[in-house]
Order: sequence, then C-alpha cells, then structure tokens
Amino acid sequence: MQTFFSIGVDALAYGMILFIISIGLSVTMGLMRVINLAHGAFAMIGGYIASYAARDLGLGYGLAIVIAVLGTIIMAVPLERFLYRRIYGAPELTQVLMTIGITFCVIGLANYVFGPTLKTIPLPAGLQGPVDIGFRTIAAHKLFAIGCGVVVALGLWYLIERTSFGVKLRASVDNTAMAAALGVRTKIVYAASFALAVGLAAFGGVIGAELLPVEPYYALRYMVTFLVVVSVGGAGSIPGALIACLLLGAIDTTGRYLVPEYGEFFFYLAVIAIVWVFPRGLMGRAK
Amino acid sequence: MSAGGYVTAIPAQTRSWWHDLIGIAVILIAATAGYFLFPDNLALLTRMIAIMLLVLSLDLVTGYCGVATLGHAALFGGGAYAAGIAAAHFGITEPITMIAIGAVGGALAGLISGIVILRGHGLAQLVLSIAIIHLFHEAANKASEYTGGSDGLSGITPDPILGLFEFDLWGRTAYVFGIVLLLLVFILLRILVRSPFGMLCQGIRQDPVRVSAMGASVKLTLIKMYVISGLVAGVGGAFNAVSTQVVGLDSLSFTNSAEALVMLVLGGVGSLYGALIGTVAFVWIEDLVSAANPFHWLTIVGALLIAVVLFAPKGLYGTAATFVERYRRGSK
Amino acid sequence: MTTLFEVDHLQKTFGGLNVTHDVSLTLGKGDRVALIGPNGAGKTTFVNLVTGHLRPDSGKVLMDGEDISTFKPMRRVRAGLVRSFQVTRLFAEMTPEEHVSLAILQRQGKSGRMAGSFQAMPDVMQETYEILETLNLTALGRVPVSEIAYGQQRLLEIALALALRPKVLLLDEPAAGVPHSDTFLIENALAQLPADLAVLMIEHDMDLVFRFAKRVIVLAAGEIIFDGLPVDATNDVRVREVYLGRELINLMEML
Repeated sequence: MQTFFSIGVDALAYGMILFIISIGLSVTMGLMRVINLAHGAFAMIGGYIASYAARDLGLGYGLAIVIAVLGTIIMAVPLERFLYRRIYGAPELTQVLMTIGITFCVIGLANYVFGPTLKTIPLPAGLQGPVDIGFRTIAAHKLFAIGCGVVVALGLWYLIERTSFGVKLRASVDNTAMAAALGVRTKIVYAASFALAVGLAAFGGVIGAELLPVEPYYALRYMVTFLVVVSVGGAGSIPGALIACLLLGAIDTTGRYLVPEYGEFFFYLAVIAIVWVFPRGLMGRAK
Repeated sequence: MSAGGYVTAIPAQTRSWWHDLIGIAVILIAATAGYFLFPDNLALLTRMIAIMLLVLSLDLVTGYCGVATLGHAALFGGGAYAAGIAAAHFGITEPITMIAIGAVGGALAGLISGIVILRGHGLAQLVLSIAIIHLFHEAANKASEYTGGSDGLSGITPDPILGLFEFDLWGRTAYVFGIVLLLLVFILLRILVRSPFGMLCQGIRQDPVRVSAMGASVKLTLIKMYVISGLVAGVGGAFNAVSTQVVGLDSLSFTNSAEALVMLVLGGVGSLYGALIGTVAFVWIEDLVSAANPFHWLTIVGALLIAVVLFAPKGLYGTAATFVERYRRGSK
Repeated sequence: MTTLFEVDHLQKTFGGLNVTHDVSLTLGKGDRVALIGPNGAGKTTFVNLVTGHLRPDSGKVLMDGEDISTFKPMRRVRAGLVRSFQVTRLFAEMTPEEHVSLAILQRQGKSGRMAGSFQAMPDVMQETYEILETLNLTALGRVPVSEIAYGQQRLLEIALALALRPKVLLLDEPAAGVPHSDTFLIENALAQLPADLAVLMIEHDMDLVFRFAKRVIVLAAGEIIFDGLPVDATNDVRVREVYLGRELINLMEML
C-alpha cells in the first residue's frame, strides 16, 4: 500500500512537471504547426539559468525562477524571429532538421558554458523535507510541483477560454488566414504564444529539476517524452495533454519502481504501445 | 522547381543510363585515389564506406519514400550485432557469410521498424521512430551476454576473404572489400530506383492518396522498401563489424540516426549520389574537428544543420545538380 | 440494361447533420450520368462514401453484383471503380509519361517489380502514348507535371483513369479550375471514353452536363430529388425550386 501511494505521488508529480513543460509545445504545435524538437532545450536552459542564479549568485528560489523564465524567453525571441519563422508551414523533414540543429547547438553551448556535470537548484527551506498531509508524508517539492501543475492548467484554461487573447489564439489555430483577414495580428499571436510556451517550459525545467536533473543531454533525453505527450494528447488540447502526461508519468514511475533494471526498455515499449493504440491521439485528432 | 528553403528531393529528370555509368566510374576513381593518396588513413575511409551504406539506406526511406525517421540506426546496428554475435559467439568468421548474416539482421530490424513506424503519420510517426531506436538501444544494452552491453562486442576475428585476402593491419583488405561491397550495393540500388517499384515509392512520397487511388497499397510498398533498406544498412553494419572487429552500442544510438540524417541532407536527399557526397563531407569535417570534445562537435553538427536548412536545402549534390540543369536549359 | 454498379440506401450522418439520406442509384454499361446539385448538397461526400474514403452509417455498394461495401479504397480500384479528384492530385515531379506508365503497370500487377525501367517495356510505352494521344498530351509527355498548365493536368487525371481500365468511372468536377475556353478539351476527352464504361460525372458547368449526359441525377441536401432525362430535369418543379428557390420561381411565374 505504501508503495502504491509512493508510486502515485511520484507519478503525479512527474506527470505535472511534464505537463507544465509540454503544454507549451502542444499549443505551439497546434498553432504554428511546427514540429519543435527543441522544446526540451528551452526547459533545460531555464534549469541552467535558475541553477546559476540560485547557486552561483546566491539569489532566492523565487527570484531564480523569474530570472530563468525571463532569461529563456529573451533568448527564444530571436530564435523565433530568425529561425522558426522560416519553417512555419515547411515540410516535416525541414522542421525536424532545423529544430534538431537548434537542440544540438543548445546542448553544445550549455556544456561549453556550464560544463558536463549535473546542476542542482537549491530549494528554499520551505520546499525541503517532507510535508505531513495527514495519513502520509510527501516530499514538499513534489507537492509544490503538483500544485503548480494544477495552477498552470487552470490558468491556461482561463486564458484560452475566457480572455480575448484566448479567442484570438483559438481563431488563429482554427484558421490562420481567416483570422488574419478578420484583423487578428497573427504574427503577434504567434510570437506571444511562443514566448508563453517557452516561459512555461523554462518554469517546468526549474521546478522539475529534482525529478528531471539538469545536465547537457537533458534536451535529448526527454525529447521523446515531450513529443509523445503532444502526439497522444493531441496538439492544442489541454485536457488531452493532461491525461497523456499523467499516463506517461504513471508508466515511467511504475517502471522505475517495479522493474528498475529494465526501466527504460519498459518505458519505450509502453510509448510505442500507446501511440500504436492511439495513432491519431487520444482525442482522435490527426496532427 | 519548388521554391523556398525546403529540403526537397532532387528531380529525377536525368534518367539516362550513362549518367549512372559515369557516376560509378567517378566512385571507382575516387576510391582508387583514396587508396593511393591516404595509405595511412584507410581506416577512416573504410569507416566512411560503412556509414555510406547506412546513409544510402536512409535515402531509400526518406529521400525516395518521404518517411522522416530518426531511428534508422536500428537497421545498421541490427546488422552489426547480427554479424558480430555470429562471429564472437557462434564462430562464424567467414567474412562474406558475416555480411550476409548482417544483411538479414538489418532486414529484420527494418521489418520491425517499418511496421512500427508506419503505424503513425506526421508527429506520431516521428515519435515512433525515436522510441524504436531507444528501444533497440536498451535491448542491446540489457542483452549484454550476447552484445557485451555498454562495453561493446569484441573478439570478432574475420577469416581471410575467399581464403586468400587476410585482413591486414593497414586496413587495405578491408578497404578494397568495402569498395567492392559499396559498388555492388550502389549498382543494385540504381537499378531499384529506376524500376516500377522505385517509381511507386517516389509517387508515395509525392502524393500517397493518388497512389492508393491507383490501386496500389501504400503501406505494403513502404514496408517492402523498409526491408530493402534494412538489407543495405545491415550490410553496412556487418561490414563495420568486420572491418573494425568491434561492435559498440553507439551503432544503435539516436545520435547515429540523427547524424546519418544530417549527412543525407548535407549531400542531398533522393538521389543516392547525395548520400555518398554528404557522408564524405561530414566524416571528413568530423575528422578535422576530432580533436575537439564531443560537445563542440555536437554544436558544429547543429550549426551545420541549421545552415543547410537555411541556405542549401537541396544539399551539396542537389544544389550542384540544379545549377547544371539551369545552365543546360539556359544555353538551349 | 445490365446493372454494373449499384448503390443501395446509402446513409451518412455527421454529428447531427444528415449529409447523405437514403441515396440509391444504379449504373449500367455505357451509362453517361451527370450528378448535379447546389453547393453543399453532398456530391463529393457521396463519391467519398462510394469509393471507400468515408464509411457510411448504413447502405451497400455493389460492383458487378459483388458487395464491395467493406472494401478499402485501394481494393475498390482493383475491382474496377476509379475516381478522379476535384482538385488535381498528381505527382509534381513526375512526367505524364511516368504517371500513365505507372498506372498501367499497377493495373498489370507489375508495379512491384524491382528491376527494369518502364521505358524499356515496349508494350507499356505503346499503351502510354496511345492514351496520351487520345488526350492530346503527347507533346508534354516528358515535362514534369509541375510545369504543365492546369487544364492539361486535369486531362492527365482523366488519362490516369483510362489507364486503369475501370468498369465504373467517377469524375469529380473534371472541368473545375479549367478556363472556359479550354473546356472543349475536357469534352473531347470525355467523348473518347470507352463505350462500355459507365461514367458518373459531378459537374457545375451546365453546358458540359447537357452535352455529355444522357441521364441526370439531382442531389439536394443529401437526398436524390430527380433521376431521369436531362431535358426533364430543367422542367422538374423540385429541381427548379432547389436551384432557384421558391420565391424566385413565384416571381418568374408572376412576370
């Protein structure tokens, strides 16, 4: 029973981190129709900046998060302007190549600047240690991650369903040309959505650093995972992404607990099985 | 031809036979030149040949059929391990037999990969290709009794070829063996892409709905091509095992798949010649930069990819071919 | 008339919308039938249902007495049911010669051959150029499709259909996108179709319809409201209503 609970909490925390990072990818894929293999790289950059800010500059956790998110967005803006814009609407192969190229460059630069070792982000006192929720105790940072995930999900839902930006976003996803003809500044919608996606990725990279350790190969290691979330959950769908993340979180955690020596093999087999059963995603939508 | 920075296949307008004869002659001349100009560096050139076979196999699937995959090293590694295990564990050390076994191993890996990957379209397909290379990698890692795990498989000692040509320390036998294999495979592939089957595959890349509206099965054709691609990659992997006498996990890595794709795009997709040229250029650059640590190399590969997409989407061969075509048309 | 092709009570609903309602029709050898109707009547949906690209909620499709309702699109083509597309679907980098030869090879079951170029197969080349000749495309035989005019691309679509030697041919707006001055090319091509082939053509160009069709079927809001001679179609009350609207007819009768 104890194991079941531990698996459950870990899976939930892991799933929520995945969600925070991947939801941005899901939205931008649905909107700009770009297969972005470099999304994990943005999460990684966020983690690195936060680690540097917190460890090397001695700043507080909260401040480190803000700097990480803003810093990553600032870095991503020229990338969007000069590289991503060139591949909107391009054939799949072109997008894959460009974004892999970006990923490789980011990995190489991360190693050059920060070195190959794993970087930790020191947690504030409030997030260290366990929290007693009555019948069990959970690590505080995991509870924090779960909480953030819920806030992000609700916040995004509100943004997309209830604000005028959300209306413009949904219109642009549905039919860009038509939305532009109706006066929506689609270029700005794209840029803003990209910034939001990257910011969320960076945020997830920071608060998930305990579960997804920050090191140069981070961007490649979790690439499949983020892509599976979007593929299975359906691009642009918040509930779909949530379900996919929780599912993947559960599978990965269960694998690591029950068959640790075969953990990765089991995970990739499960990924293939899920995509096999839902080739058009959970919601039945094609890419 | 289509505009913009899109990585497109090279138009199959030059279709005469003697173009191919010239091409083969060029390969022979380059091979001979390599033998005499770089006698101390034959190991590098031999490695190039093995990788050329991988990139050729990738061209079949990506350049001719339009399937974008990041998991193609599974076919190469499948052949390498098949040949390596046959030699190290079952004592099959006759080189030509090892190559044949490798081809079968690659074909099997190709069949499995093809069935899995073709289940999805677009993003799902890409995801499956990434998942499958990782799966193969992990499987090889765990089956360390047979594969040597992360230490790699060693103890591969191939017999002299045809009982006459021993594998020497300078790698001369391996090199000539490789050239012969490469030429054989290349000629067969040129025949293949001209055949009705080859045309069907190109049709699938350009419009799969039209192909099935003609009564042809898209999936079956693609799986057949995957098996053929597996044969080619398997030969490459087995040759790598024979010539380096070792098989490592990196032959089954995602990075290997990605680099193969870079080489293919660098040279130009959809022409087979582009695959060869791209491999030569890439491996040569890699050798120049080899003093740098792996992360610097990764950055260079990434920058190269971005540059190719932005400035030379048709690759080295493709851009050259387009220039030649425009020149010919302009002078008419 | 021997029934070659039969559609029985075809039904399809999308969400709450009934796009195809109890549609039945038969085609016999040599039929020249036009399927017309206002926009949104469900004509292309009908073609997609019949060719297997969409699954109907109920109803059957029979070819030569054989029930092909569960066949996938590819199998229906092999059974003799061929369609052309409203928006041209061709291989941009291949030439008309290659297109038609590939279709012929596919029909002959030789498209899986892994050796030998089609250009070295005299019977294939001969048939290819015979077909291209009927459609006046011989001169463009070796030009990539991306470089030939749209009207000629439409002709190539018809050439492909011919090469497959169908029993039943469904033409989805063959003249769509073709400049009016070039419509005669399409008409001439249609006149060259084999006499025992059953042809169902969807069209909006009424001139073309009346010159081509010996029978007209009118589809409106997913239902067949008329099936008979072209001349009777123009006089049929329901047809006029559907095209002109009740009020306009009242007006016309008043004036």
